[in-house]
Amino acid sequence: MIRVVVQETPIDLAAEFALAEAEDAGAVATFTGLVRGDDGVTELALEHYPGATERALEALCAEAVARWTLAKAAVVHRVGPMVPGDRVVFVATTARHRGAALEACAFLIDRLKTGAPFWKRERRGGDARWVEARESDDAAAARWG
Amino acid sequence: MAIEILYFAWVREAIGQGSERVDPPADVTTVAGLVDWLALRGGGYATAFEHRERLRAAVDQAFVPLDTAIAGAREIAIFPPVTGG
Repeated sequence: MIRVVVQETPIDLAAEFALAEAEDAGAVATFTGLVRGDDGVTELALEHYPGATERALEALCAEAVARWTLAKAAVVHRVGPMVPGDRVVFVATTARHRGAALEACAFLIDRLKTGAPFWKRERRGGDARWVEARESDDAAAARWG
Repeated sequence: MAIEILYFAWVREAIGQGSERVDPPADVTTVAGLVDWLALRGGGYATAFEHRERLRAAVDQAFVPLDTAIAGAREIAIFPPVTGG
């Protein structure tokens, strides 16, 4: 089972955990990404490609479900303006055992950073700039083959 | 052959709009060719497309290299490297 949501509203962790645990499986692994306030960032805005973003995330989830025999893979990604401390992304993987759940969760967050059309723009006071892609993210995605 | 073109992030900002319909000439056969043809308009287009190595593309919502053929495409998106997560 796959759950992909791209939303402008805050990510509800309690609701997402409940959905992840609703499967009849022994292990749930999750990752939550938060807006960092370092370097004086006052706002992070996320732009996406409606339709294509959801398709890319669904394809990644389907790959994870097949590769690790998951009961469920979920990606909830927020878009629009956010402030430090807000949740940007939530990933949950549900499997019979921890190894598959943990690996699949790492796979999803590594691959979605380079494989789904989102763009970040940081604001520091009156200065806004688009975030550059990082080679370390490409390397993290590439290690999954 | 009219095609819907979408722009995102700083490509969209430089060009000044998020989408438009274009009808490229027959000798424009790839995404890279389309970018070259659009850049001839100058202004924001020339700025957005100045550094080709910083551009990525999707044809009908699937990520593709810039040398991909555009024959039959309905929707082409041009954008910077993605930075989600």
